[in-house]
Amino acid sequence: MDTIIQTSAETTADDSLWPRLGLRPLALAALAGVALFAFLLSLSFGSVRIPFEQVVLILLGEQPERATWTTIVLDFRLPKALTAALAGAALGVSGLQMQTLFRNPLADPFVLGVSSGASLGVALVVLGVGAANNTLLAVAGLLSNLSLAAAASVGAGAVLMLVLTLARQVQSSVTLLILGLMISYLTSAVVSLLLYFSIAERIQAYVAWTFGSFGGVTWTQMQVLAPVTGVGLLLAFILTKSLNALLLGEAYARSMGLDIRRARIGIVASGAVLAGTVTAFCGPIAFLGIAIPHLCRALLRSADHRILIPACVLVGATAALLADLAAQAPGTRVVLPLNAITALIGAPVVVWIILRRGVGRGTFGV
Amino acid sequence: MSATVLATERLSIGYAPRRGPRRVIAADLNLTLCAGEVICLLGPNGVGKSTLLRTLVGMLPPLEGRVFLDGIDLSTLNPREIARRLSVVLTERIEVGQLTAYALVALGRHPHTDWTGRLTRRDEEVVRWALEVVDAVNLAGRLVHELSDGERQRVMVARALAQEPSVMVLDEPTAFLDLPRRVEMMRLLRQLARDTNRALLLSTHDLDLALRTADTLWLLAPGGALHVGAPEDLVLGGAFEATFASDGITFDRVQGHFRIHPPAQHRVALVGDGLVGEWTTRALERAGCQVVRGDEPAALQVVLTGDERQPCWQVLTNGGPPQQVASLREVVALVQRIRQQDWESHI
Repeated sequence: MDTIIQTSAETTADDSLWPRLGLRPLALAALAGVALFAFLLSLSFGSVRIPFEQVVLILLGEQPERATWTTIVLDFRLPKALTAALAGAALGVSGLQMQTLFRNPLADPFVLGVSSGASLGVALVVLGVGAANNTLLAVAGLLSNLSLAAAASVGAGAVLMLVLTLARQVQSSVTLLILGLMISYLTSAVVSLLLYFSIAERIQAYVAWTFGSFGGVTWTQMQVLAPVTGVGLLLAFILTKSLNALLLGEAYARSMGLDIRRARIGIVASGAVLAGTVTAFCGPIAFLGIAIPHLCRALLRSADHRILIPACVLVGATAALLADLAAQAPGTRVVLPLNAITALIGAPVVVWIILRRGVGRGTFGV
Repeated sequence: MSATVLATERLSIGYAPRRGPRRVIAADLNLTLCAGEVICLLGPNGVGKSTLLRTLVGMLPPLEGRVFLDGIDLSTLNPREIARRLSVVLTERIEVGQLTAYALVALGRHPHTDWTGRLTRRDEEVVRWALEVVDAVNLAGRLVHELSDGERQRVMVARALAQEPSVMVLDEPTAFLDLPRRVEMMRLLRQLARDTNRALLLSTHDLDLALRTADTLWLLAPGGALHVGAPEDLVLGGAFEATFASDGITFDRVQGHFRIHPPAQHRVALVGDGLVGEWTTRALERAGCQVVRGDEPAALQVVLTGDERQPCWQVLTNGGPPQQVASLREVVALVQRIRQQDWESHI
């Protein structure tokens, strides 16, 4: 990675005096290559090992050596890999947006209670709705894509709006973080109550959901997940310039002509949609949202969101794919909880990178 | 005078809370700012300098009256249109990692770029020009959080300049800086206003520097009175003393600065002048003496002997033998001992 960044920094003689503000196309291309590799890797590995070239053949619509491989790749691994890539990208971008908006390196959708809001929405649907028809089948019927996604998005959006309303009154981001934490406690309290009065099958369904998984998404559900995430990411790309202006704080952003209210609503909307949708389909996936932005800043040595947003998409997708691969424990039939894996493997890696690059210093005052 | 770029019409500033009566800080202000002019806003702490600045830049709505920017009512302009005419440097320290000084200054192009924030050739030229104007070219590649306070402030001025505004408003640009950096910063702003024909409005607590730098002073006194005029006129007219009136400090109209001495009780005659004479005066005033010229009557007399390289002092009392000392520390100690003896003998 280092060499790529250095070569891209070389410029023509006239401009060589000045630092470059370019979009680092080479570095981003490299990240895209790594992401693609991780994608193919996750299609190839699993309980059954399918050779790389066979995977490519299947994707190109050709016949592989064994017919069952086509089913495995197209019906199971492809939607799962797509889900992982989309979720990683969405969480990375959402985390970046929150960190910049709240000017706090510890911010992520989870810290501010957005994922808790999504959990509450899902808990209300899974645990609370329809006490009359409390058979497992009815529960499964309720887990249709739209109702869950809608419940989680509404929950996430409501919490983030609440946090922002409070944010306009308290000014201090530390106060805001405490408020976000309190909202998290409140929502978990409600969830606890729901759990307490619920039946075992529903509790199990909810707890399984909280472990996080990319595997539950079918092609039908993908028809919701992909476009909604796409819209959220598109909105994030459109808001890049606003995020850059917010780097210096809201007062400076306003003085540079940014309509703070509109920018804030846009960023909140996009962040809530991204985090809420992912939480709805994959469960509350912690860690990626906070780690990916730091990782991208460290790798690219930049605070420019025009670079960071695509980088978060690519690095987030890669990280989620690799985490999913590790959770599969290739070659075995065991599937570990995704949330445990992301943090277990990811945290040491991120700590190492951040310490080596000395990135923590100066990022929003930490 | 050149073109007016910022003007106010019967402007009232202050706060209007939702509950309770509104708090008017100053009323009926008719102010103008012209291109190429440096205006320093002075006033004691808590008098409302920041409120005035915030109202003028549109961060705070006026209670009454209007602000005109380039002849257009500020309240009819959208943020982007304001940002193209007016930029600010705030007191708050910006905290951001992985951002080079160059990228920071480039953020100033925000109101001029398209929705993607892409910098054109011309945008980059303006950024480079702004860094050259504030003499920060060598800082371009450095990370902002690694810069010293003085360097960072220069870069922040460059960022404000990169907005290509007709007015720049700076809230205490010399706070956090040591004295040489303050002088440098004021000189830079002075030159910048003249060379780029922009109006600069800055608030400061450096009275001395403001007196020497500003074309016009705005003196905001407690109670909301705003004195406007050339620095020298305001000194001669007594507005300075009125604004900063306080126990324990007096404004020296001749020197143009404040003295923080207790009221002088002892007269000391000083024979000698020049650099050593100036600093001897300061030392004696610090000790609570009123210093008069050598030919005037006084119970104590200090005579300078020696030269600037090797100064020497002779302290004479009524009747006592002359005493030679080689430092002002000893002069002050001696004077204080004599005062003490005088006081005891009076009893």
